[in-house]
Amino acid sequence: MTTSVVKVNDLSKTYGAGETAVYALKKINLEIQQGDFVAIMGASGSGKSTLMNILGCLDAPTAGNYWIRNLDVADLDEEQLAVVRSQLIGFVFQSFNLIPRTSALRNVELPMAYQGVSRAERRRRAAEALTAVGLADRMEHQPHELSGGQQQRVAIARALVTEPAMVLADEPTGALDTASTHEILELLHELNRKGTTVVVITHEEEVARAARRVIRLRDGEIIEDRTWAA
Amino acid sequence: MGSLGLREIWRFAWRGISSNRMRSSLTILGVLIGVSSVIILTAVGNGSAAAVRQQIEKLGTNSITVMGTGGGGGGFSRTRSSTAKGLTIADTTALNNKDNAPHIKQAAPILNATMTCTYGNISATPGSAKGTWPSYFEAANSPVDKGGYWTNDDVAQKRGVAVIGTTLAKNLFDTDSPIDKVIRCAGQSVTVVGVMKSKGTTGFQDSDDVIIMPITFVQRAIAGYGNISQIQVESIDAKSTQLAMDEVTAIMNSQHKIKSTATADYRVLNQSTILQSSTDSSKTLTVLLAAIAAISLLVGGIGITNIMLVSVTERTREIGILKAIGAPKAAILTQFLIEAMMLSLLGGISGVLLGLGISHFSILGVVPVVSLSSVLTAFIVSALVGLVFGGWPANRAASLRPIEALRYE
Ligand SMILES: Nc1ncnc2c1ncn2[C@@H]1O[C@H](COP(=O)(O)OP(=O)(O)O)[C@@H](O)[C@H]1O
Ligand SMILES: [Mg+2]
Repeated sequence: MTTSVVKVNDLSKTYGAGETAVYALKKINLEIQQGDFVAIMGASGSGKSTLMNILGCLDAPTAGNYWIRNLDVADLDEEQLAVVRSQLIGFVFQSFNLIPRTSALRNVELPMAYQGVSRAERRRRAAEALTAVGLADRMEHQPHELSGGQQQRVAIARALVTEPAMVLADEPTGALDTASTHEILELLHELNRKGTTVVVITHEEEVARAARRVIRLRDGEIIEDRTWAA
Repeated sequence: MGSLGLREIWRFAWRGISSNRMRSSLTILGVLIGVSSVIILTAVGNGSAAAVRQQIEKLGTNSITVMGTGGGGGGFSRTRSSTAKGLTIADTTALNNKDNAPHIKQAAPILNATMTCTYGNISATPGSAKGTWPSYFEAANSPVDKGGYWTNDDVAQKRGVAVIGTTLAKNLFDTDSPIDKVIRCAGQSVTVVGVMKSKGTTGFQDSDDVIIMPITFVQRAIAGYGNISQIQVESIDAKSTQLAMDEVTAIMNSQHKIKSTATADYRVLNQSTILQSSTDSSKTLTVLLAAIAAISLLVGGIGITNIMLVSVTERTREIGILKAIGAPKAAILTQFLIEAMMLSLLGGISGVLLGLGISHFSILGVVPVVSLSSVLTAFIVSALVGLVFGGWPANRAASLRPIEALRYE
């Protein structure tokens, strides 16, 4: 039995207008089931990030519909979108995007602050998440005192600490060396094994092979969508 | 958002402020200067107004002066015009008639003269030498501090006796007691019987560099028995001064046969009316100073806006991150507002302290009088400045779509 966490219907995104308009997504149709592990692949400029940003409610589509857990995103106002981002989505960026001059622990605590979790509980869960990504001894370090791989692990801890329905990762290993890449991918798989839906943009066939489903984009269109049996 | 504890909000604000200490300090300095100048400048304005008020009180609001304008002012000026009658002892007697002037307590003639006084080998020319009646001392609000007054009998006998001011006393006798000392004025022997209470300086004139003698003595010794210079009138109380002035005018008109004010050969002045104009100008001064101060507070506010704009712009990506992890607009707005408030309140508080501190010292000869309202106004305005001027850039930042904020370079 599967439930869909994401469903998009004829989703389009156009940047700009007139002669300079860029058609980044062209009538995409897609459904992602709860607990799936999806790799999105495609050449640079094919529209992967655009799709990911819309799925993460960071950007709005130009046309088409997007339902997250059966909620039509178009119906949500600014405040409700903040709640969706806070409760349902964990985002991992290629460039880590940690809050500077703020310890790893506080970075991980922050999303829970917007959920109304008490201070003590926040602290406990943030420490737990950092321990889970192997940074128990780096909790008080600030981002600039951590390596790229460590920063990305903090970012993953921050994404998973709120126990979101899905974690979206846009080229999470794009800025990392091979060893760190393996660690990050292992963390994402670990997360998926516990039931979290994971959508990851990647260039690496190795990641794709490990995924249960691979979606390939070209010029804003899905050209391949393959699912392997578990 | 309510779950964002105060500690987190303060921590965020402090992180923003401390991330660029130099910039924050300069912003705080701007508000500090604004707030303290509001307090100091209004205090200086208030102080000078208070000083003028005190002077009026010293001179006495009861006292009225009648001055001749027909050229017959000086007792020994013989060059007055033929039409002008000049002031006379008879005028003074008429003003002392209680039936015609119920609001006049008393009137005393004044004859101004110029004379040099010597004591031993010390000589001094008092700024003002007057011949008058004993009632002058009360009418002019010039009480004796040491010694006593000369009397009506001294006037009748044209005796050489004098009450002198503290400046003249110091010039002639230095620290010695002047009482019962005999000096020589205009070639005559004069016994000092009293020293008046100090009045201080009015404008350019030292009110204490004076000698007051029986009018008959001055007439006999130097001025002759012509016209007098002024008449010093005292009303029965402060609130009757205007009525008394009207009575003076009526009596003087009938004495001098004046039909209209245009042809009047005298003027009626009240010390407080003279100083009213200086009170008005000191009020204008206060308003002007307050305006200057308000402008500097505004400039401080613009400083905050500028800093908040820069601070918000610099952290646009950070705002994008916060939004991506689920921060609602209100939370972001609050955080930046608190940061702006913290900047302006730090400036406000230190400005109030500095303002109060500096107001303890006298500034350009004025003892500042701090008003609570200026302190409160300056403080509240500085807090509002933070809210309003910080709120605008903060709101701009919080309204961005997450992806726009994240893409910001
Ligand atoms: N903010 C933007 N403004 C204009 N064009 C954009 C913007 N973001 C992306 N694009 C364009 O949209 C297309 C898809 O971009 P993107 O989704 O970032 O691709 P990918 O992540 O697959 O490299 C590209 O042609 C890119 O130039
Ligand atoms: Mg991309």
